[in-house]
Amino acid sequence: MVCPPPAELSSLTLLGFGDCGWGATLLWGFGNSLMIALGAYAIGFCIGVSGAFGKLYGGPVAKDLLAVYTTIVRAVPELVLILILYYAVPALINQVLLGLGYERINLPQFITGVVVLAVVQGAYQIEVLRGSILAVPQGQIEAARAMGMSPVMLARRITLPLMTSNAIPGLGNLWLNATKDTALLAVIGFTELTKATFQASATTKAFFTFYGAAMALYMAVSLVSILLFGRLEKVSRRGQRDSRG
Amino acid sequence: MPIQGTTAEKPTAIRVAGLHKSFGTHEVLKGVSLTAREGDVVAIIGGSGSGKSTMLRCINFLETPSAGTIEIGSEAVSMRPDGSPSDRRQLERLRQSLGMVFQNFNLWTHKTVLENLIEVPVHVLKLPRAEAEARAHKLLARVGLAEKAGAYPAYMSGGQQQRAAIARALCMEPRAMLFDEPTSALDPELVGEVLQVIKGLADEGRTMVLVTHEMKFAREVASHVIYLHNGLIEEEGPPAEVFGAPRSERLKQFLKTVG
Repeated sequence: MVCPPPAELSSLTLLGFGDCGWGATLLWGFGNSLMIALGAYAIGFCIGVSGAFGKLYGGPVAKDLLAVYTTIVRAVPELVLILILYYAVPALINQVLLGLGYERINLPQFITGVVVLAVVQGAYQIEVLRGSILAVPQGQIEAARAMGMSPVMLARRITLPLMTSNAIPGLGNLWLNATKDTALLAVIGFTELTKATFQASATTKAFFTFYGAAMALYMAVSLVSILLFGRLEKVSRRGQRDSRG
Repeated sequence: MPIQGTTAEKPTAIRVAGLHKSFGTHEVLKGVSLTAREGDVVAIIGGSGSGKSTMLRCINFLETPSAGTIEIGSEAVSMRPDGSPSDRRQLERLRQSLGMVFQNFNLWTHKTVLENLIEVPVHVLKLPRAEAEARAHKLLARVGLAEKAGAYPAYMSGGQQQRAAIARALCMEPRAMLFDEPTSALDPELVGEVLQVIKGLADEGRTMVLVTHEMKFAREVASHVIYLHNGLIEEEGPPAEVFGAPRSERLKQFLKTVG
């Protein structure tokens, strides 16, 4: 079917899922954005937890390495980091592979995107989590040590649950950042929501319609996230009295 | 240390010998010793900064000694030359036999009172949950908190929290109890209820080492009193002697000021 000129189509048709609509493209980009954000955030969280404990309780070498990591990543604009890592990481991996006698591989853009954003998320999460560990009352940790808990059990059963309520506001910020940082991957040509919107609006010239739709989708994610983090915070504050009286 | 009558045959629960502890260049403990046999109640008294809390905290290595030896039930805690514990598992096992009660209670705020009590018995000592809960309920009834099992610590008074903390320590069925100024953070009208619980433990023959500012109480429950001054034991003996007939000028002065 040949589509009439876009100027003759309604916004609904343009955003729809018919032959002349761009709905499927936008949704595909939206799904990609969400998956990248989720993946990067989850990996970033693992980096964050181990990095925070490492910075506080690790050996001198681990502490120095972590300090270098968090300093560099937080000092350089994310866009620059993304470009560097996007070109450097696959090149590095291929160099290693070639050196070991394997063939070059093409890393899927999706994987590269997740890894790059996870490296950024990890650096910020380390600092949020480190602060929230430090805010756990020392006496409660001491009580667990005095009763013979091993360090791993103490971290899992006492420190982690107690630090959660301190960490959630900061972690919520970082999750919202993660959902929007995915837009930066448009510069490396990855079809996430912003790139899909750009394609749709460039083809149809219906800029307002498509960027408006993209904005609504980003907003929807943020609103749902804020709601969920609010719930999480409430659960994690069980046993605490509201200090506002 | 004077040994009277039958106590000599009782096995040693805690022995501290030649204990030194420095924070940086400041030497807080300059060689102190203590022996608590089964059933003994050793009270450590002394002015602010005398090192009494540090001495107690060295027994379970919440503070790392600089030198000296610590024995729990005639098993010496293995230490490196710098005083740090060299066998983490041994230390964890020995700590499980010492019930510690803190000045600031230190109940876990994300857990209910019952969860606080069964945490270590279930997850560290691997006791079946039902058994641990039965033990916990019995202890809570004993410290007068039977109906607080489901409460969170933040919603309880200081006296209630400290009684719950004592029950938490007892729930591990420890060989000995360590009390670090258990009533110092309490409002005056709440001190009595906590002292009563501790007195009950002394009466049933529990081994305890107690750092306290409550002189009347120490005189009443202790079998042996140690007076620390500037990191050294200035005077020690049975409570009747230490409180009734102090020999050193410093102790006389101290007892006068604390009334």
